[in-house]
Amino acid sequence: MIATLLISVLIITLIAIALALLMVIADATVGNYGVVKITINDKKELEVAGGQPLLKALNGEGVFIPSACGGRGSCGLCKVRVTEGGGNYLPTELPWISEEEKKQQVRLSCQFKVKNDVSIQIPEELFSVRQFTTTVERIRDLTHDIKEVRLKLNDPPNIEMKAGQFIQFQVPAYELTDEPVYRAYSMASVPSDTTHVELEIRLVPNGICTTYVHKHLKEGDTVTVNGPYGEFFLRDTERDIICIAGGSGMAPLKSILLDMAEKGSKRKARYFFGARTARDLFLLDEMHELEERMENFTFIPALSDPAPDDNWTGETGLITDVVKRMAENAPEAEAYLCGSPGMIDACVKVLSELGMPEERIYYDKFA
Amino acid sequence: MNSIIFPFAVFFAAIFTNNILLTNYLGMCSFLSVSKELETSAGLGIAVTFVLAVTTAINWVVYHFLLVPFQLEYLRFIVFIIVIAAFVQLIEMVIERYSEGLYFALGIFLPLITVNCAILGVSLFMVIREYTFITSFFFGLGSGLGWLLAILAMAGIRKRLRTAKIPAGLEGAGIALIIAGFMAMAFMGFSGMITIS
Repeated sequence: MIATLLISVLIITLIAIALALLMVIADATVGNYGVVKITINDKKELEVAGGQPLLKALNGEGVFIPSACGGRGSCGLCKVRVTEGGGNYLPTELPWISEEEKKQQVRLSCQFKVKNDVSIQIPEELFSVRQFTTTVERIRDLTHDIKEVRLKLNDPPNIEMKAGQFIQFQVPAYELTDEPVYRAYSMASVPSDTTHVELEIRLVPNGICTTYVHKHLKEGDTVTVNGPYGEFFLRDTERDIICIAGGSGMAPLKSILLDMAEKGSKRKARYFFGARTARDLFLLDEMHELEERMENFTFIPALSDPAPDDNWTGETGLITDVVKRMAENAPEAEAYLCGSPGMIDACVKVLSELGMPEERIYYDKFA
Repeated sequence: MNSIIFPFAVFFAAIFTNNILLTNYLGMCSFLSVSKELETSAGLGIAVTFVLAVTTAINWVVYHFLLVPFQLEYLRFIVFIIVIAAFVQLIEMVIERYSEGLYFALGIFLPLITVNCAILGVSLFMVIREYTFITSFFFGLGSGLGWLLAILAMAGIRKRLRTAKIPAGLEGAGIALIIAGFMAMAFMGFSGMITIS
């Protein structure tokens, strides 16, 4: 009985070892593409092991391309222009690449494998992206499902960011993921505090990063982040500002408004914040404090579905309806939106109807 | 039947009279989802044929030289699947390296062959029917060609279906399954030419 058991285990192990050996040999011979050269923006040259995805190769050399899904090809963010040595598109890239981008030789860097020497073009500011080792200084509950995470930067100790930009949070391997993955979060902290980064993270059921942050992350833990990224920041104009957010979309707008208050901005700003019930509202004290500090700033929270015991006296209705009612200055203003894709699309539609040109609507969509 | 002709009889039977897809209904999933375009159907069909022919042969060797001597026949399900998975992975690496054109033509369907149940099915039939090595190889090759034939025919029919008027409730997989049923009945016309167990 025991002998049979042992033999069966032995045989299975033998077969597994033989196949694994075969794969290792294949990987070292067939899958070995030697050392290849990546030329970035015609000036910087990197030598990396061939055969790996471009995103990973660049990450290994300290060049960080923004990606929200961590290289699984499901967010479509890590686009890079490959001007030489690109070859054909992979089926896994095609859903993300438009005809226009094909002409520009834009590739999805997490899918495109570097098998020969390539030349790529990336935005200059990506060179300033750094990887930071940080310590969790504080975690606090903002609402029943949103946590604020404050990180102290250790190495390097300072970050240079624009208010509204985002960083990528590295989730280590744990029960929901076998390998480290990256998720993008907007920074809620003010840029003048270069030694800290604050994130607002809402619990998404079974979300890899949100579950990790809500259920496992403790104060004092070490967290790796990289950034800053993103084109969502305050444009330097004199126009009125309309901010619209929902849920954890609060983060980048809080950063932008705090930054404005610090710089003594006199621009007229209104911040529409949509929530379902009163228990989904947060940072109300901070917002009222901002109203005191900035003479032209108004915070307008709106509940779509106030509970009877909320005793709500503020605005009610969908955030789009509230904006439609109140944003009479839309044709002259510019707008900053952050929230779910559904909310953003609805708000862009309403603002356009009110007469705001689309190129003055800036937004940060949760991927 | 003598032992020289028998492998060829099995080969022929696997394509027509005992078509793995139309008589056993194995490999249905990719058959239904990939049969929309003639080109991709052909690509997948060829890849399936290749994998079937080679894995059936490898599995025969593993089964008769490793599992049978140690009376571990009950492990065949696990062992066959591991061999198939590893082999598909290997083929993918080789194709990626040496034939970029084919690699791009097959795309995502290549790794999906691992979970095509026709592949495991053929390896299991080969054991149940006690085929020799040569017969098993031809059985695998024939089954693959039979699968290729069936998916090509389906792709051709679906191409015409696009302009046909189909009741709303039957669109997509519904009508495809009904057609697969008709095709199976049509293939019954071949039966009687050869009978294999």
